[in-house]
Amino acid sequence: MKITPELYKDMTEQSAPSSKSYVNIPLAFLIGGGICLLGEVLLNLFEYFGMEAETAGSWTSVILVFLSALFTGLGWYEKIAKHAGAGTLVPITGFANGVTSSAIEACTEGWILGVGSKIFTIAGPVILYGTAASVIYGIFLQIFKCFS
Amino acid sequence: MAVSLGRGAFQIKEPVYITSYAAVVGKKEGEGPMGKCFDRVETDSYFGQKTWEQAESRMQQETIYHALEKAALSPDDIDIILAGDLINQCTSSTYSLRPFGVPFLGLFGACSTMAEGLIIGSLILSSGAGKRCVAATSSHFSTAERQFRFPLSYGGQRPPTAQWTCTASGAVVLDTQTENSPRISSVCIGKITDLGVTDANNMGAAMAPAAADTLTRWFKCSGKSPENYDAIVTGDLGKIGGKLFAEIMMKQGYDVNPCYHDCGAMMFDAETQDTHAGGSGCGCGGSILCGHFLPLVKSGKIKRMLFMATGALMSPMLVQQGESIPSIAHLVEITGE
Repeated sequence: MKITPELYKDMTEQSAPSSKSYVNIPLAFLIGGGICLLGEVLLNLFEYFGMEAETAGSWTSVILVFLSALFTGLGWYEKIAKHAGAGTLVPITGFANGVTSSAIEACTEGWILGVGSKIFTIAGPVILYGTAASVIYGIFLQIFKCFS
Repeated sequence: MAVSLGRGAFQIKEPVYITSYAAVVGKKEGEGPMGKCFDRVETDSYFGQKTWEQAESRMQQETIYHALEKAALSPDDIDIILAGDLINQCTSSTYSLRPFGVPFLGLFGACSTMAEGLIIGSLILSSGAGKRCVAATSSHFSTAERQFRFPLSYGGQRPPTAQWTCTASGAVVLDTQTENSPRISSVCIGKITDLGVTDANNMGAAMAPAAADTLTRWFKCSGKSPENYDAIVTGDLGKIGGKLFAEIMMKQGYDVNPCYHDCGAMMFDAETQDTHAGGSGCGCGGSILCGHFLPLVKSGKIKRMLFMATGALMSPMLVQQGESIPSIAHLVEITGE
Protein backbone atom coordinates (compact mmCIF):
# COMPACT_ATOMS: atom_id res chain seq x y z
CA MET A 1 0.00 0.00 0.00
CA LYS A 2 1.36 3.38 -0.99
CA ILE A 3 1.44 5.96 1.74
CA THR A 4 0.64 9.33 0.16
CA PRO A 5 1.56 12.63 1.85
CA GLU A 6 -2.17 13.26 2.41
CA LEU A 7 -2.72 9.90 4.11
CA TYR A 8 0.43 10.37 6.16
CA LYS A 9 -0.68 13.82 7.27
CA ASP A 10 -3.81 12.24 8.74
CA MET A 11 -1.79 9.48 10.39
CA THR A 12 0.62 12.04 11.88
CA GLU A 13 -2.17 14.22 13.21
CA GLN A 14 -3.86 11.25 14.85
CA SER A 15 -0.66 9.99 16.45
CA ALA A 16 0.55 13.32 17.84
CA PRO A 17 -0.75 13.97 21.34
CA SER A 18 -2.01 17.52 21.74
CA SER A 19 -0.61 19.91 24.33
CA LYS A 20 -2.41 19.79 27.66
CA SER A 21 -4.23 23.10 27.29
CA TYR A 22 -6.23 22.53 30.48
CA VAL A 23 -2.93 22.63 32.41
CA ASN A 24 -0.92 25.03 30.22
CA ILE A 25 -3.47 27.85 29.96
CA PRO A 26 -4.26 28.16 33.72
CA LEU A 27 -0.52 27.95 34.52
CA ALA A 28 0.28 30.65 31.95
CA PHE A 29 -2.46 32.80 33.46
CA LEU A 30 -1.29 32.28 37.04
CA ILE A 31 2.47 32.68 36.49
CA GLY A 32 2.14 35.44 33.88
CA GLY A 33 -0.43 37.12 36.12
CA GLY A 34 1.95 36.72 39.07
CA ILE A 35 4.72 38.54 37.18
CA CYS A 36 2.32 41.37 36.29
CA LEU A 37 1.10 41.49 39.88
CA LEU A 38 4.70 41.87 41.04
CA GLY A 39 5.05 44.73 38.55
CA GLU A 40 1.90 46.40 39.93
CA VAL A 41 3.09 46.01 43.53
CA LEU A 42 6.46 47.59 42.64
CA LEU A 43 4.76 50.40 40.74
CA ASN A 44 2.43 51.20 43.63
CA LEU A 45 5.27 51.02 46.14
CA PHE A 46 7.37 53.49 44.14
CA GLU A 47 4.43 55.84 43.79
CA TYR A 48 3.64 55.46 47.50
CA PHE A 49 7.17 56.60 48.29
CA GLY A 50 6.63 59.70 46.18
CA MET A 51 7.95 58.79 42.76
CA GLU A 52 6.32 60.31 39.67
CA ALA A 53 4.14 57.84 37.74
CA GLU A 54 6.47 57.77 34.72
CA THR A 55 9.66 57.32 36.78
CA ALA A 56 7.97 54.63 38.88
CA GLY A 57 7.00 52.80 35.65
CA SER A 58 10.57 52.93 34.38
CA TRP A 59 11.95 51.60 37.65
CA THR A 60 9.41 48.79 37.66
CA SER A 61 10.54 47.74 34.16
CA VAL A 62 14.21 47.99 35.16
CA ILE A 63 13.68 45.75 38.18
CA LEU A 64 11.63 43.17 36.28
CA VAL A 65 14.24 43.06 33.49
CA PHE A 66 17.03 42.72 36.05
CA LEU A 67 15.24 39.90 37.88
CA SER A 68 14.57 38.10 34.61
CA ALA A 69 18.22 38.40 33.54
CA LEU A 70 19.34 37.19 36.97
CA PHE A 71 16.95 34.22 36.91
CA THR A 72 18.11 33.38 33.37
CA GLY A 73 21.74 33.45 34.44
CA LEU A 74 20.99 31.20 37.40
CA GLY A 75 19.14 28.77 35.13
CA TRP A 76 15.80 29.30 36.92
CA TYR A 77 13.89 31.16 34.22
CA GLU A 78 13.82 28.21 31.79
CA LYS A 79 12.54 25.98 34.59
CA ILE A 80 9.65 28.33 35.34
CA ALA A 81 9.01 28.97 31.63
CA LYS A 82 8.67 25.24 30.98
CA HIS A 83 5.44 25.34 32.98
CA ALA A 84 4.39 28.92 32.33
CA GLY A 85 4.74 29.07 28.52
CA ALA A 86 3.24 32.33 27.31
CA GLY A 87 2.99 33.44 30.94
CA THR A 88 6.74 34.05 31.05
CA LEU A 89 7.10 34.89 27.34
CA VAL A 90 4.64 37.76 27.04
CA PRO A 91 5.66 40.08 29.93
CA ILE A 92 8.81 42.21 29.64
CA THR A 93 10.66 39.44 31.50
CA GLY A 94 10.33 37.19 28.43
CA PHE A 95 12.08 39.78 26.30
CA ALA A 96 14.87 40.08 28.88
CA ASN A 97 15.22 36.29 28.94
CA GLY A 98 15.52 36.19 25.13
CA VAL A 99 18.34 38.77 25.22
CA THR A 100 20.19 37.33 28.22
CA SER A 101 20.02 33.69 27.13
CA SER A 102 21.37 34.60 23.67
CA ALA A 103 24.20 36.58 25.28
CA ILE A 104 25.14 33.79 27.70
CA GLU A 105 25.11 31.26 24.89
CA ALA A 106 27.38 33.36 22.67
CA CYS A 107 30.04 33.98 25.34
CA THR A 108 32.22 31.17 24.03
CA GLU A 109 32.57 32.94 20.67
CA GLY A 110 33.91 36.14 22.23
CA TRP A 111 32.60 39.61 23.05
CA ILE A 112 32.37 41.02 19.51
CA LEU A 113 31.44 38.20 17.12
CA GLY A 114 29.80 36.19 19.87
CA VAL A 115 27.83 38.27 22.36
CA GLY A 116 27.90 41.44 20.22
CA SER A 117 26.46 39.91 17.10
CA LYS A 118 24.19 37.29 18.61
CA ILE A 119 22.66 39.03 21.62
CA PHE A 120 19.54 40.09 19.68
CA THR A 121 19.04 36.86 17.73
CA ILE A 122 15.76 36.18 19.51
CA ALA A 123 14.83 39.70 20.54
CA GLY A 124 15.70 41.17 17.11
CA PRO A 125 12.25 40.72 15.58
CA VAL A 126 10.61 42.33 18.63
CA ILE A 127 12.98 45.30 18.42
CA LEU A 128 12.60 45.72 14.65
CA TYR A 129 8.85 45.36 14.42
CA GLY A 130 8.26 47.12 17.74
CA THR A 131 10.19 50.13 16.45
CA ALA A 132 8.54 49.97 13.03
CA ALA A 133 5.09 49.75 14.62
CA SER A 134 5.82 52.77 16.83
CA VAL A 135 6.95 54.78 13.76
CA ILE A 136 3.71 53.92 11.92
CA TYR A 137 1.73 54.76 15.06
CA GLY A 138 3.55 58.11 15.26
CA ILE A 139 2.74 58.93 11.63
CA PHE A 140 -0.97 58.18 12.14
CA LEU A 141 -0.98 60.19 15.35
CA GLN A 142 0.44 63.20 13.51
CA ILE A 143 -2.13 62.84 10.72
CA PHE A 144 -5.01 62.65 13.20
CA LYS A 145 -3.63 65.65 15.07
CA CYS A 146 -3.63 67.70 11.83
CA PHE A 147 -7.35 67.06 11.40
CA SER A 148 -8.44 67.45 14.99
CA MET B 1 33.22 -9.33 -0.89
CA ALA B 2 29.72 -7.93 -0.97
CA VAL B 3 26.99 -9.42 -3.13
CA SER B 4 24.24 -7.13 -4.34
CA LEU B 5 20.74 -8.24 -3.36
CA GLY B 6 18.99 -5.24 -4.87
CA ARG B 7 19.50 -1.51 -5.24
CA GLY B 8 21.69 -0.47 -2.34
CA ALA B 9 21.32 -3.80 -0.50
CA PHE B 10 24.31 -6.08 -0.04
CA GLN B 11 25.10 -9.36 1.59
CA ILE B 12 28.53 -9.24 3.18
CA LYS B 13 30.07 -12.56 2.18
CA GLU B 14 33.56 -12.02 3.55
CA PRO B 15 32.91 -11.97 7.30
CA VAL B 16 33.05 -8.55 8.93
CA TYR B 17 33.08 -8.80 12.71
CA ILE B 18 32.21 -6.28 15.36
CA THR B 19 35.29 -6.83 17.48
CA SER B 20 34.69 -4.18 20.05
CA TYR B 21 32.25 -1.43 20.93
CA ALA B 22 31.84 1.28 23.52
CA ALA B 23 29.25 3.82 24.61
CA VAL B 24 29.75 6.97 26.65
CA VAL B 25 26.80 9.11 27.71
CA GLY B 26 25.92 12.18 29.75
CA LYS B 27 24.31 12.44 33.17
CA LYS B 28 20.66 12.52 32.10
CA GLU B 29 21.12 9.47 29.85
CA GLY B 30 22.90 7.72 32.72
CA GLU B 31 19.92 8.37 34.97
CA GLY B 32 17.52 6.85 32.45
CA PRO B 33 16.32 3.26 32.29
CA MET B 34 19.33 2.25 30.12
CA GLY B 35 21.86 3.98 32.41
CA LYS B 36 23.59 0.81 33.54
CA CYS B 37 24.45 -0.52 30.08
CA PHE B 38 26.92 2.20 29.08
CA ASP B 39 30.67 1.98 29.50
CA ARG B 40 30.80 5.38 31.10
CA VAL B 41 28.37 7.99 32.37
CA GLU B 42 29.95 11.44 32.61
CA THR B 43 28.27 13.75 35.10
CA ASP B 44 30.12 16.85 33.85
CA SER B 45 28.25 17.88 30.73
CA TYR B 46 31.32 19.86 29.62
CA PHE B 47 33.47 16.69 29.76
CA GLY B 48 36.19 18.82 31.35
CA GLN B 49 36.27 21.23 28.38
CA LYS B 50 35.48 24.92 27.98
CA THR B 51 32.76 24.86 25.32
CA TRP B 52 29.93 22.53 24.38
CA GLU B 53 31.48 21.78 21.00
CA GLN B 54 34.75 20.79 22.62
CA ALA B 55 32.77 18.69 25.08
CA GLU B 56 31.14 16.67 22.32
CA SER B 57 34.48 16.12 20.57
CA ARG B 58 35.98 14.96 23.83
CA MET B 59 33.11 12.56 24.47
CA GLN B 60 33.46 11.02 21.01
CA GLN B 61 37.22 10.74 21.40
CA GLU B 62 36.86 8.98 24.75
CA THR B 63 34.32 6.58 23.29
CA ILE B 64 36.68 5.61 20.47
CA TYR B 65 39.53 5.16 22.94
CA HIS B 66 37.27 2.96 25.09
CA ALA B 67 36.36 0.78 22.12
CA LEU B 68 40.02 0.49 21.10
CA GLU B 69 41.11 -0.32 24.66
CA LYS B 70 38.54 -3.07 24.97
CA ALA B 71 40.11 -4.76 21.95
CA ALA B 72 43.66 -3.93 23.15
CA LEU B 73 44.26 -1.79 20.07
CA SER B 74 45.80 1.61 19.46
CA PRO B 75 44.87 4.15 16.76
CA ASP B 76 47.86 2.90 14.74
CA ASP B 77 46.12 -0.46 14.30
CA ILE B 78 43.18 1.16 12.51
CA ASP B 79 43.15 1.55 8.72
CA ILE B 80 40.21 3.94 8.45
CA ILE B 81 37.93 5.82 10.80
CA LEU B 82 34.40 6.67 9.67
CA ALA B 83 32.72 9.21 11.89
CA GLY B 84 30.09 11.90 11.82
CA ASP B 85 27.83 14.00 13.99
CA LEU B 86 25.15 16.69 13.79
CA ILE B 87 27.27 19.78 14.11
CA ASN B 88 28.05 21.96 11.09
CA GLN B 89 30.98 20.65 9.06
CA CYS B 90 31.04 17.51 11.28
CA THR B 91 33.40 19.33 13.62
CA SER B 92 32.71 17.14 16.64
CA SER B 93 34.26 14.28 14.68
CA THR B 94 37.09 16.18 13.02
CA TYR B 95 38.26 17.76 16.28
CA SER B 96 37.81 14.49 18.11
CA LEU B 97 39.99 12.66 15.59
CA ARG B 98 42.55 15.43 15.06
CA PRO B 99 45.19 13.77 17.26
CA PHE B 100 44.63 10.22 15.97
CA GLY B 101 46.56 10.36 12.69
CA VAL B 102 44.27 7.76 11.13
CA PRO B 103 42.81 8.01 7.58
CA PHE B 104 39.39 9.53 8.07
CA LEU B 105 36.14 9.76 6.16
CA GLY B 106 33.67 12.25 7.61
CA LEU B 107 30.03 11.25 7.34
CA PHE B 108 26.85 13.23 7.49
CA GLY B 109 23.62 11.31 7.70
CA ALA B 110 22.14 13.20 10.66
CA CYS B 111 21.12 10.60 13.25
CA SER B 112 21.56 7.75 10.77
CA THR B 113 25.35 8.13 10.98
CA MET B 114 26.05 5.03 13.09
CA ALA B 115 24.45 2.74 10.51
CA GLU B 116 26.04 4.70 7.66
CA GLY B 117 29.47 4.16 9.23
CA LEU B 118 28.81 0.44 9.75
CA ILE B 119 27.66 0.06 6.13
CA ILE B 120 30.65 1.85 4.61
CA GLY B 121 33.03 0.13 7.04
CA SER B 122 31.75 -3.34 6.26
CA LEU B 123 31.80 -2.70 2.50
CA ILE B 124 35.39 -1.44 2.72
CA LEU B 125 36.55 -4.38 4.81
CA SER B 126 34.73 -6.96 2.74
CA SER B 127 36.33 -5.57 -0.40
CA GLY B 128 39.74 -6.19 1.11
CA ALA B 129 40.59 -2.47 1.20
CA GLY B 130 41.43 -2.62 4.88
CA LYS B 131 41.73 -4.99 7.82
CA ARG B 132 40.27 -2.97 10.62
CA CYS B 133 38.17 0.16 10.84
CA VAL B 134 36.24 2.21 13.35
CA ALA B 135 32.74 3.62 12.95
CA ALA B 136 31.79 6.27 15.47
CA THR B 137 29.24 8.95 16.11
CA SER B 138 28.12 11.40 18.77
CA SER B 139 25.55 13.99 19.69
CA HIS B 140 25.37 16.45 22.58
CA PHE B 141 22.18 18.04 23.84
CA SER B 142 23.75 21.47 24.19
CA THR B 143 25.53 21.63 20.82
CA ALA B 144 22.39 20.47 19.03
CA GLU B 145 20.11 22.86 20.92
CA ARG B 146 22.21 25.88 20.08
CA GLN B 147 22.64 24.92 16.44
CA PHE B 148 19.11 23.79 15.68
CA ARG B 149 16.87 25.47 18.25
CA PHE B 150 17.26 28.07 21.00
CA PRO B 151 19.88 29.06 23.57
CA LEU B 152 19.88 26.66 26.51
CA SER B 153 18.60 29.15 29.06
CA TYR B 154 15.84 30.48 26.80
CA GLY B 155 12.47 29.93 28.39
CA GLY B 156 10.36 28.00 25.95
CA GLN B 157 7.78 25.28 26.11
CA ARG B 158 8.36 22.07 24.14
CA PRO B 159 5.39 20.38 22.49
CA PRO B 160 4.59 16.73 23.37
CA THR B 161 5.96 15.59 20.00
CA ALA B 162 9.43 17.09 20.64
CA GLN B 163 12.39 14.81 21.32
CA TRP B 164 15.41 15.28 23.52
CA THR B 165 18.82 15.20 21.84
CA CYS B 166 20.93 12.67 23.73
CA THR B 167 24.38 13.50 25.01
CA ALA B 168 25.81 10.20 23.91
CA SER B 169 28.39 8.58 21.71
CA GLY B 170 28.95 5.11 20.29
CA ALA B 171 31.99 3.60 18.63
CA VAL B 172 32.46 0.22 16.98
CA VAL B 173 35.65 -1.50 15.84
CA LEU B 174 35.16 -3.69 12.78
CA ASP B 175 37.62 -6.29 11.51
CA THR B 176 37.77 -9.37 9.35
CA GLN B 177 39.43 -11.76 11.78
CA THR B 178 37.93 -11.82 15.27
CA GLU B 179 35.59 -14.77 15.15
CA ASN B 180 33.02 -15.40 17.90
CA SER B 181 31.96 -11.79 17.65
CA PRO B 182 28.76 -10.28 16.31
CA ARG B 183 28.95 -10.12 12.54
CA ILE B 184 27.58 -7.70 9.98
CA SER B 185 25.90 -10.06 7.54
CA SER B 186 23.98 -7.67 5.29
CA VAL B 187 23.40 -3.97 4.81
CA CYS B 188 20.86 -1.82 3.03
CA ILE B 189 21.46 1.82 2.12
CA GLY B 190 18.44 4.06 2.71
CA LYS B 191 16.74 6.36 0.24
CA ILE B 192 15.88 9.97 0.97
CA THR B 193 12.21 9.91 1.85
CA ASP B 194 9.91 12.86 2.42
CA LEU B 195 6.20 12.67 3.08
CA GLY B 196 5.86 16.39 3.65
CA VAL B 197 6.33 16.76 7.42
CA THR B 198 7.37 20.36 8.10
CA ASP B 199 7.20 20.36 11.90
CA ALA B 200 10.77 20.44 13.25
CA ASN B 201 9.27 19.53 16.62
CA ASN B 202 8.06 16.20 15.30
CA MET B 203 11.18 14.56 13.89
CA GLY B 204 9.95 11.06 14.67
CA ALA B 205 7.03 11.55 12.29
CA ALA B 206 9.38 12.94 9.62
CA MET B 207 11.71 9.93 9.88
CA ALA B 208 9.24 7.05 10.26
CA PRO B 209 8.49 6.76 6.51
CA ALA B 210 12.22 6.52 5.75
CA ALA B 211 12.64 3.63 8.19
CA ALA B 212 9.56 1.90 6.80
CA ASP B 213 10.79 2.37 3.22
CA THR B 214 14.22 0.89 3.95
CA LEU B 215 12.80 -2.06 5.89
CA THR B 216 10.18 -2.83 3.25
CA ARG B 217 12.84 -2.71 0.54
CA TRP B 218 15.03 -4.97 2.65
CA PHE B 219 12.29 -7.55 3.20
CA LYS B 220 11.45 -7.54 -0.50
CA CYS B 221 15.00 -7.95 -1.77
CA SER B 222 16.18 -10.40 0.90
CA GLY B 223 13.02 -12.50 1.08
CA LYS B 224 13.08 -12.16 4.86
CA SER B 225 10.30 -11.07 7.21
CA PRO B 226 10.02 -9.84 10.82
CA GLU B 227 9.87 -13.47 12.02
CA ASN B 228 13.51 -13.91 10.98
CA TYR B 229 14.65 -11.47 13.63
CA ASP B 230 14.89 -11.38 17.41
CA ALA B 231 15.02 -7.62 17.33
CA ILE B 232 14.26 -4.88 14.80
CA VAL B 233 15.72 -1.68 16.19
CA THR B 234 15.31 1.88 14.97
CA GLY B 235 17.64 4.68 16.04
CA ASP B 236 15.58 7.59 17.30
CA LEU B 237 12.01 7.59 16.05
CA GLY B 238 10.83 8.08 19.61
CA LYS B 239 7.40 7.07 20.81
CA ILE B 240 5.38 8.88 18.15
CA GLY B 241 7.64 8.05 15.21
CA GLY B 242 7.95 4.46 16.39
CA LYS B 243 4.19 4.06 16.47
CA LEU B 244 3.88 5.58 12.98
CA PHE B 245 6.65 3.30 11.70
CA ALA B 246 4.92 0.16 13.00
CA GLU B 247 1.64 1.41 11.53
CA ILE B 248 3.17 1.97 8.06
CA MET B 249 4.84 -1.44 8.20
CA MET B 250 1.48 -3.00 9.05
CA LYS B 251 -0.03 -1.31 6.00
CA GLN B 252 2.77 -2.88 3.94
CA GLY B 253 1.83 -6.28 5.33
CA TYR B 254 4.56 -6.71 7.94
CA ASP B 255 3.87 -6.87 11.66
CA VAL B 256 7.05 -5.69 13.36
CA ASN B 257 5.50 -5.15 16.80
CA PRO B 258 6.59 -8.45 18.45
CA CYS B 259 10.31 -7.66 18.04
CA TYR B 260 10.36 -3.89 17.54
CA HIS B 261 12.42 -1.53 19.71
CA ASP B 262 13.38 2.11 19.33
CA CYS B 263 16.52 3.45 21.00
CA GLY B 264 14.93 6.91 21.39
CA ALA B 265 11.94 5.44 23.22
CA MET B 266 14.24 3.30 25.40
CA MET B 267 16.74 5.98 26.44
CA PHE B 268 14.64 8.01 28.89
CA ASP B 269 11.73 7.63 31.23
CA ALA B 270 9.38 10.18 29.66
CA GLU B 271 7.34 10.60 32.84
CA THR B 272 10.15 11.41 35.27
CA GLN B 273 12.75 12.83 32.86
CA ASP B 274 10.52 15.24 30.95
CA THR B 275 11.76 14.12 27.56
CA HIS B 276 8.36 14.09 25.82
CA ALA B 277 8.47 11.78 22.75
CA GLY B 278 11.88 10.30 23.63
CA GLY B 279 15.56 10.65 22.87
CA SER B 280 17.13 11.58 19.54
CA GLY B 281 20.52 12.37 18.06
CA CYS B 282 23.28 10.33 16.41
CA GLY B 283 24.51 9.20 19.79
CA CYS B 284 21.10 7.87 20.81
CA GLY B 285 21.06 4.91 18.42
CA GLY B 286 24.86 4.64 18.52
CA SER B 287 25.13 4.34 22.28
CA ILE B 288 22.20 1.96 22.77
CA LEU B 289 23.47 -0.26 19.96
CA CYS B 290 26.91 -0.38 21.58
CA GLY B 291 25.77 -0.45 25.21
CA HIS B 292 22.72 -2.68 25.02
CA PHE B 293 22.13 -4.58 21.78
CA LEU B 294 25.65 -5.63 20.76
CA PRO B 295 26.32 -7.21 24.20
CA LEU B 296 23.03 -9.13 23.80
CA VAL B 297 24.15 -10.39 20.38
CA LYS B 298 27.55 -11.27 21.77
CA SER B 299 26.02 -13.24 24.66
CA GLY B 300 23.72 -15.10 22.28
CA LYS B 301 20.48 -13.66 23.68
CA ILE B 302 19.86 -12.04 20.30
CA LYS B 303 20.79 -14.23 17.34
CA ARG B 304 19.84 -11.96 14.50
CA MET B 305 18.85 -8.32 14.57
CA LEU B 306 18.32 -5.35 12.32
CA PHE B 307 19.68 -1.97 13.33
CA MET B 308 18.22 0.94 11.44
CA ALA B 309 19.56 4.33 12.40
CA THR B 310 17.17 7.04 11.28
CA GLY B 311 18.17 10.57 10.33
CA ALA B 312 16.14 13.73 9.75
CA LEU B 313 18.24 15.57 7.16
CA MET B 314 17.04 18.88 8.46
CA SER B 315 18.44 22.35 8.15
CA PRO B 316 16.75 25.09 10.18
CA MET B 317 17.31 27.43 7.22
CA LEU B 318 15.44 25.24 4.74
CA VAL B 319 12.61 24.68 7.22
CA GLN B 320 12.34 28.47 7.62
CA GLN B 321 12.12 28.68 3.83
CA GLY B 322 9.03 26.48 4.03
CA GLU B 323 10.63 23.19 2.97
CA SER B 324 9.61 19.87 4.45
CA ILE B 325 12.06 17.58 6.26
CA PRO B 326 13.71 14.85 4.16
CA SER B 327 14.76 11.77 6.08
CA ILE B 328 16.83 8.65 5.67
CA ALA B 329 17.30 5.30 7.39
CA HIS B 330 20.14 2.86 6.80
CA LEU B 331 19.86 -0.79 7.73
CA VAL B 332 22.48 -3.14 9.12
CA GLU B 333 21.81 -6.81 9.76
CA ILE B 334 23.82 -8.11 12.70
CA THR B 335 24.13 -11.81 13.44
CA GLY B 336 25.56 -13.64 16.41
CA GLU B 337 28.11 -16.35 15.82
